[in-house]
Amino acid sequence: MVKLLEDKDRIFQNLYGLNDWSLDAARDRGAWLGTAAMLAQGKDWLIDQVKSSGLRGRGGAGFPTGLKWSFMPKEVGNRPHYLVVNADESEPGSCKDRDILRHDPHLLIEGCLVASFAMQAHACYIYVRGEYIQERNRLDAAIKEAYAAGLVGKNACGTGWDFDIYMHHGAGAYICGEETALLESLEGKKGQPRLKPPFPAGAGLYGCPTTVNNVESIAVVPTILRRGVDWWTQFGRDNNKGTKVFSISGHVNKPCNIEEALSIPMKTLLEEYAGGVRGGWDNLKCVIPGGSSVPLLPKEICDTVLMDFDALREHQSGLGTAAVIVMDKSTDVIKAIARLSYFYKHESCGQCTPCREGTGWMWRVMERMVKGEAETSEIDMLLEVSKQVEGHTICALGDAAAWPIQGLIRHFRHEIEERIDNYRANKPVFVQAAE
Amino acid sequence: MSDLRKLNIDGTEYEVPADYTLMQACEEAAGAEIPRFCYHERLSVAGNCRMCLVEWVGAPKPQASCALQVKDLRPNRDGTPANIRTNSETVKKAREGVMEFLLINHPLDCPICDQGGECDLQDQAMAYGRDASRFEENKRAVDDKHMGPLVNTIMTRCIQCTRCVRFVTEVAGVEEIGLASRGEDAEITTYLEQSLTSELSGNVIDLCPVGALTSKPYAFNARPWELDHVESIDVMDAVGSNIRVDSRRGAVLRIMPTINDAVNEEWITDKARFNWDGLARQRLDKPYIRENGKLRAAGWDEALAVVAEKLSGEPESIAAIAGDLCDAESMKALKDLMESLGVKNIDCRQDGMTIGQGARQSYIFNSTIDGIEDADAVLIIGANPRLEASLVNTRLRKAWIAGGMEIGLIGDPEDLTYEYEHLGTKPSDIASIAKSTKGFAKAFKAAKNPAIILGAGALNRADTDQILKAVSGLAKKVNLVREGWNGLNILHTAASRVAGLDMGFLPGEGGLGTIEILDAAQQGAMKTVFLMGADELDTSKLQNAFVIYQGSHGDAGAHVADVILPGAAYSEKDGLYVNLEGRVQMGTRAVAPKGEAKEDWAIIRALSGHVNRVLPYDNLGELREKLFADHPTFAGLGYAPGASGAEDFDISAMGESGKVSAAPFENAVIDFYMTNPILRASDVMAECSALKDGDQVQEAAE
Repeated sequence: MVKLLEDKDRIFQNLYGLNDWSLDAARDRGAWLGTAAMLAQGKDWLIDQVKSSGLRGRGGAGFPTGLKWSFMPKEVGNRPHYLVVNADESEPGSCKDRDILRHDPHLLIEGCLVASFAMQAHACYIYVRGEYIQERNRLDAAIKEAYAAGLVGKNACGTGWDFDIYMHHGAGAYICGEETALLESLEGKKGQPRLKPPFPAGAGLYGCPTTVNNVESIAVVPTILRRGVDWWTQFGRDNNKGTKVFSISGHVNKPCNIEEALSIPMKTLLEEYAGGVRGGWDNLKCVIPGGSSVPLLPKEICDTVLMDFDALREHQSGLGTAAVIVMDKSTDVIKAIARLSYFYKHESCGQCTPCREGTGWMWRVMERMVKGEAETSEIDMLLEVSKQVEGHTICALGDAAAWPIQGLIRHFRHEIEERIDNYRANKPVFVQAAE
Repeated sequence: MSDLRKLNIDGTEYEVPADYTLMQACEEAAGAEIPRFCYHERLSVAGNCRMCLVEWVGAPKPQASCALQVKDLRPNRDGTPANIRTNSETVKKAREGVMEFLLINHPLDCPICDQGGECDLQDQAMAYGRDASRFEENKRAVDDKHMGPLVNTIMTRCIQCTRCVRFVTEVAGVEEIGLASRGEDAEITTYLEQSLTSELSGNVIDLCPVGALTSKPYAFNARPWELDHVESIDVMDAVGSNIRVDSRRGAVLRIMPTINDAVNEEWITDKARFNWDGLARQRLDKPYIRENGKLRAAGWDEALAVVAEKLSGEPESIAAIAGDLCDAESMKALKDLMESLGVKNIDCRQDGMTIGQGARQSYIFNSTIDGIEDADAVLIIGANPRLEASLVNTRLRKAWIAGGMEIGLIGDPEDLTYEYEHLGTKPSDIASIAKSTKGFAKAFKAAKNPAIILGAGALNRADTDQILKAVSGLAKKVNLVREGWNGLNILHTAASRVAGLDMGFLPGEGGLGTIEILDAAQQGAMKTVFLMGADELDTSKLQNAFVIYQGSHGDAGAHVADVILPGAAYSEKDGLYVNLEGRVQMGTRAVAPKGEAKEDWAIIRALSGHVNRVLPYDNLGELREKLFADHPTFAGLGYAPGASGAEDFDISAMGESGKVSAAPFENAVIDFYMTNPILRASDVMAECSALKDGDQVQEAAE
């Protein structure tokens, strides 16, 4: 039996908003404790600690956070440094940052101070998703509290470090969650990803050295430092250390956000926290383990797979934002993926050719496949088109549009073929999906 | 450039500069061909078409070679140089993929597309595309956009490369084209369906790699393979842009820029590009003689005989004025003829400009067009470079965007596409700069390479000498001219002007200049006035004189003429032109002169026989030999002197002390589209001019 994470080891003690979000209550839960002492250890110590914690970015790509921080110039030159927090959480299935913003905003604000100090940034921007109205209000109130308490602002926490924190509200474009598109948007331009290199650490916001981090990546840092790297690294397998907020949705009895240790088996995660798959584990058809962008996994893999970066990668999927979308046997999985294809077609910025043209093409073919109105040979064509998009675009949206389709064809090709045959034979193609 | 990096391209090792892009390295070092759509040397890098992908062995994805710099490449783990493949299977597949994507929503209307035959998409589809499309869905259609009378749009063909967007924002300096919407709905648009207000808008036609933006006046006129091409020089302003004139069966159908990094880079103005319909209208195609107030067609011999008789009068009562479009050879012939007749009243400055007698440095654009980018503070006096020399203005904008150029203006505060400090409108404001220590004045005095651009509008005034004195005073203070740098720049607007000044087409000892000639003619003292292509002067003063007009178009000069000698337009003759920076360039004949019209130098040569003063040259080659012998600067084809000889140039000798007038400066060019007879004959230019004035253009209902 897998040992579950104990409550005392959860970083987000108020993830469900059962308690007060405000400063005093957050302090009672441990936030802002010893922050000044952390900063007093110096920026190199901070970056070293984060590096040795093995924390990997929580926004989807899983890039080591400490390493990313270390890419910033060692000394501030004639351009200021910036920290930008990506709170543009728009990945279908993902809703973890939302609860952090709503219920534990002070952990984020504290994290901003620590991370900014580590990277010698005097200013931090938090880019909040357009649809997050309440979350914005909550974060705004929390920032005001922190200013009033002297935790941020001039001489933050009495450390002598001047630190300003600004919140920016997006306008609801998915692409603005891509880090360089986010910077463009923050600068007041149309949200289109930039070419890399130059990477943001060299030329980011307003051409200055910038680090863009996910909300969760930043919010966990103060607690890691407070409780120590050893505490943090006891969770998860090597290279996949720590705890992670999983967003479980779809055909489970109790959809939820839950903070658990990485490398927990998917089956345990779903059964212990989400009340199990609707109709029992054997009614499971497939799971998208990391938000809409990653390829789905059929039940055979879900039976045993561990929820961490490397294990999912071995199965040609990914942890992504750890947004677990569960689909039981009643699901028209082709239609589900077609809906995702529509999403990516709708959210493509249109800047570069493969994504602009490819997402629309793939969606249209998917729509026909939903109805079975296609040639069997088109399955391979669709796969090839998705490979023509993948890896040929400026940003990762092209990959994100291609992967769900590749996952579908990899694991459910027989269903597509069957549907095409049924359509030809004038039989019902699929009747189960209730709408 | 000393920082060289080793790079393995397609199996061979090369050393390339670290700041090269991968595309440059592959093309220039390895000679590989990299296809591209969005990339353009003179625009910012967008990297969005993805056609230029190459393989970096070891990298997870193919790389956009236009955006990646050589210094961004890491060597392989074993220390050997990074391996780049431009012809591998991965690259081939990537190109095929991008090509297929570009074509799925591109209409297959090549047979009715004006870009056909010179279309990047067509060519690259042949070279890099798949044999057939697998796209079974419906194609996307996009509404056409209104971009004014010059640019035709068929937006369904657009491949969203954003070259046009980048050109108008970066080079032309008007943010009037953009990419709206997103994903497959992304469209290039002019936002409010308004005409482009740039004087450089036609360049987007050349930049567009497909047939989305094409030339409206040229629409459906010809196929590129039917056209004869000739490289020539533009004469619509004094920049001397290098152009290619395309013609078919004696008619000029299209004018396009050719690349000359020292002059026009690869842009031309709209009036250089679209004047060609004016070449076919209002033409003088046979000699005319005025009888009883009416012009009647005549033969050459008859007309020349009448002219010869008039020219045999008292030399003091004869004058000759050369206009703005004249080639050097015809001016030289006219000058030689007038000198042989003892006529001293000759002038090539029909606008009444009074400079040109002194050192050559005192009347040319010494910094050179390319060199003005090196200036760090530029003071513009009495000029609107955007209209008077648009391609000099783009250089100023380029340097201003790059940072490090401060610009000040004395004169009309117009939109010049860059920020400047407005320092006044009157000549007296020049002297105040010397006293001021704030803002631009401070930067100007501290500048390493200060420059002054003096407009033609400041040089035809009664107080021009005093203005020049003020300028030379300021110049001394800021060290405007020194060894290796000459910041004195005269911004001419007439293509013929510097050549005329160089050969001394100026009043001789005791001779009269343009203004005095006109006054004398009004009073009746000047009996005969020979106008060679001179139309932009006050012809009402010529009522009492016998006017001989030699030129190509029936414009102001022809209206008052008593004899008309039909000449060739610039597209119809070989000729030398000297641009504002003193660069001698050679124009080439693209088509034959209209009707009985002749090349201008030949008319003068024929006339010289009628007055028994036979000029000593029988062909253009001999005329040029005489020109080079008399004025050696003309022999230096393609050469602009720039700062050479700056150390010997005494700028304080310029001008004369005295009081300047309080009248504000007036710019030389007000209506950009109407500055010469060819433009005034053009319907297209008339429409542009009307739009500029805010007039509604009547359009036929369709």
